[in-house]
Amino acid sequence: MNFETIIGLEVHVELKTKSKIFCGCSTEFGAPPNTHTCPICLGHPGVLPVLNKEAVEFAMRAAMALNCEIATDTKFDRKNYFYPDNPKAYQISQYDQPIGRNGYIEIEVGGKKKRIGITRLHLEEDAGKLTHVEDGSLVDFNRVGTPLIEIVSEPDIRTPEEAYAYLEKLKAIMQYTGVSDCKMEEGSLRCDANLSLRPYGQEEFGTKTELKNLNSFSFVQKGLEYEQERQARVLLSGGIIQQETRRFDEATKTTILMRVKEGSEDYRYFPEPDLVKLHIDDAWKEKVRVQIPELPDARKARYINELGLPAYDADVLTQVKAMADFFEATIAAGADAKQASNWLMGEVNGYLNAENLDITDIPMTPEALAKLIALIEKGTISSKIAKKVFKELMKNGGDPEQIVKEKGLVQISDEGALREIILPILDANEQSIIDYKNGKDRALGFLVGEVMKKTRGQANPPMVNKIILEEIAKR
Amino acid sequence: MSLFDEGYKSLQERLHNKDLSVTDLVKEAYAQIQAQDEHIQAFLTLNEEDALETAKDLDNERGQAPEALFGLPIGIKDNIVTKGLRTTCASKFLENFIPLHDATVVDRIKKQKGVIIGKLNMDEFAMGSSNENSGFQVTRNPWDLERVPGGSSGGSAAAVASGMVPFALGSDTGGSIRQPAAFCGVVGMKPTYGRVSRFGLVAFASSLDQIGPFTRTVEDNAHLLTAISGLDAYDSTSADIDVPDFTKALTGEVKGLKIAVPKEYLGEGISEGVKEAVKKALSTLESLGAVVEEVSLPHSKYALATYYLLASSEASANLARFDGVRYGVRAEAENLLDMYKKSRSQGFGPEVKRRIMLGTFALSSGYYDAYYKKAQKVRTLIKRDFEKVFEKYDVVIGPTTPTTAFKIGEKMDDPLTMYANDILTIPVNLAGVPAISVPCGLSDGLPVGLQIIGKPFAEETVYRTAHAYEQAANLNLRPNLEGVGRA
Repeated sequence: MNFETIIGLEVHVELKTKSKIFCGCSTEFGAPPNTHTCPICLGHPGVLPVLNKEAVEFAMRAAMALNCEIATDTKFDRKNYFYPDNPKAYQISQYDQPIGRNGYIEIEVGGKKKRIGITRLHLEEDAGKLTHVEDGSLVDFNRVGTPLIEIVSEPDIRTPEEAYAYLEKLKAIMQYTGVSDCKMEEGSLRCDANLSLRPYGQEEFGTKTELKNLNSFSFVQKGLEYEQERQARVLLSGGIIQQETRRFDEATKTTILMRVKEGSEDYRYFPEPDLVKLHIDDAWKEKVRVQIPELPDARKARYINELGLPAYDADVLTQVKAMADFFEATIAAGADAKQASNWLMGEVNGYLNAENLDITDIPMTPEALAKLIALIEKGTISSKIAKKVFKELMKNGGDPEQIVKEKGLVQISDEGALREIILPILDANEQSIIDYKNGKDRALGFLVGEVMKKTRGQANPPMVNKIILEEIAKR
Repeated sequence: MSLFDEGYKSLQERLHNKDLSVTDLVKEAYAQIQAQDEHIQAFLTLNEEDALETAKDLDNERGQAPEALFGLPIGIKDNIVTKGLRTTCASKFLENFIPLHDATVVDRIKKQKGVIIGKLNMDEFAMGSSNENSGFQVTRNPWDLERVPGGSSGGSAAAVASGMVPFALGSDTGGSIRQPAAFCGVVGMKPTYGRVSRFGLVAFASSLDQIGPFTRTVEDNAHLLTAISGLDAYDSTSADIDVPDFTKALTGEVKGLKIAVPKEYLGEGISEGVKEAVKKALSTLESLGAVVEEVSLPHSKYALATYYLLASSEASANLARFDGVRYGVRAEAENLLDMYKKSRSQGFGPEVKRRIMLGTFALSSGYYDAYYKKAQKVRTLIKRDFEKVFEKYDVVIGPTTPTTAFKIGEKMDDPLTMYANDILTIPVNLAGVPAISVPCGLSDGLPVGLQIIGKPFAEETVYRTAHAYEQAANLNLRPNLEGVGRA
């Protein structure tokens, strides 16, 4: 393929403020339809919006975390369009004075670092949610008025993989700053993608298409991959790319034409006369700036430099803030950093993926994980037993020491007791002893395994090894 | 003689002395309505049962309740929402709309124990100068039933002028309080933008709309405005500025007051009768020691065009919510787009449609800079005209309207002539300053309004001037209501 791919992403992130952006209704997700509504968010005649300061601060925080310049004087505008999920028939948004401008996100793909520019970040209100049924459409206005930030990237992304990395990083930053849960399945993060191709060396962009219905980051990547190929195919066969909106189809992993864009839609933006202009002075900016916690990149660097973790570990652990927080709490409770990292990246992540859970959903506490690691280190339990205890912790929580005691899982490290168990096993397996003496090392493993079986895994493995070797030497 | 020929002070004194009951007052209102409204057609919805019940409760509190509006019957323009009481904006679109909440002004009236008598007719969505654009009925001028009461708050002005209620609220976007007040011979005040909360006022043009009182006298007017003014957490554009008791400003003292009379306000297009009455009023003020000088507001001539671009632009968005999805008219249709088109076509009258189209056009891409943006710039110039004059003068005075009330039907076929009626009131809204219309005599038997314009938040000066003039002129204009069966 002789084309360079140009990708730009437009991401909407719902801010998790307590109340909506222009009224006092709750923003909680999942309530029965139309129960979090009032005349204001329903756009009844005569109502007026009042700006929620918390929403402004969340947007500022997000913009700062994305390295944006924060506007000192900004305002809101009306974006006019008719649709049943838009009760005022205009959306209050920001047209020419976004809260944040000229930011960037640093991504890493294939070991290479790259900066993706952020053109703008603006604050607006979310629309309601339409559900189409057989004989009509239903509308739920619970979501209308939820504060939303729209983050528009520069056309700096060159591959679908970079797009994926950008989204992962953006999500991590939003979660770290605490402004959003970024749950795509609940719609608190939504992404539209633009893609165009141009021959290498050409400066001007080709005609772009817009992709919608991208319900996961991997669908974004797959949709862009398909679209990249499709456009190349069209161009190479002498065709022309039309400016159009395409829908990603999850079943076929292809993109399907939704509508061709004829000119740009006219939203007749004009300044919202019901709100006063918004002035953000330096003191306010500073107040918000100090609220921004350590961001993923900084944390990653700290894990590498101060805790001595491998870069890979540091990267995996810092992708999700809750995971990094769990990790830090585990080492604060006394666990070794590398041990804690191994458990979290291995067993814990494996379990979460298999059960489709978040780290915040499990009953195991960081203190419990630290204790579990300590029990292994002290030799109280074997790593095999530890896995049993771990499963119990993930399912029901509790104190590992308690579980070990209650279930009689303490490791047998009493030499006399072990010898008593080992001797009959050796007697019963003379052939294995002969094999071992003839150089078949595997035979030793078999014998150890028999001992572990007999003790239901409770025997101290190094000790078992040692005793078996001693006894074989005697024979 | 109606009970409502007395001012609020006398009425409240009599209430607390138990010489009069709230029930008497409320019954008087409904008796007047019963007798007159068949002819005047000012009310769209009555609140009789609820009002009488409220009156009964209030009667037990007489003698002890200090609330400012205690027992006073008040009519409300039908674009101000009232919880549980039909609010139509005189539009077929909202013929059956029952609001879920009270406007802030209504809430304040209720908290101060005023009694809501009913909802008053207007031009549909406050667009018009004659009440002929009401979707339901044409209100008549109590001075001459063949003539318009003015608009858009024509119902409010006519109801107060005919003595059906002593107090009413209206709204003023380009003159909608002052022009009908002038036509009907009553006192109407458009406060400074931000003085009164707009929460619950169904928006026509958000940056221009203000609610204000209609009364027979300046004192009553100042009293009602005091009661409804002030910062409101539900309206970001309401001003965080102390509200004085405006009645305290009514000293009768205007000695040394500097009055500017814009030459543009007494020039071409102003009828001789109106000029004469206004000049006489100015002489009266001079005789009280005020200083009158001619000034210029050079950008006045652009005010009308500026206004129709800005107000219509805002209206095109404000009225977009009337889409048939959640309330109001919902037409049967094949698809969504058709449903929008048919519902709006059926629900809105011609003037509303005209302004929505005008505003939509002015905001369209490719025209925005030439129309909306340019109009915003001219608005700033108009505002500066006033600021300049107010550097040297305390008030600006001129007529409220170019003519007295015109005949029903006279201007309906010619929107531009109709719009020209607001030429003297519109600059005030564009500048955001307060202005009152106070009766200053008759011309051919019809009332003439004197417009007194003040600095931002200087309602006290406006009231003081209006009151001093009112007391000195002592006109006490009352329409002859024998023909309309006044009770």
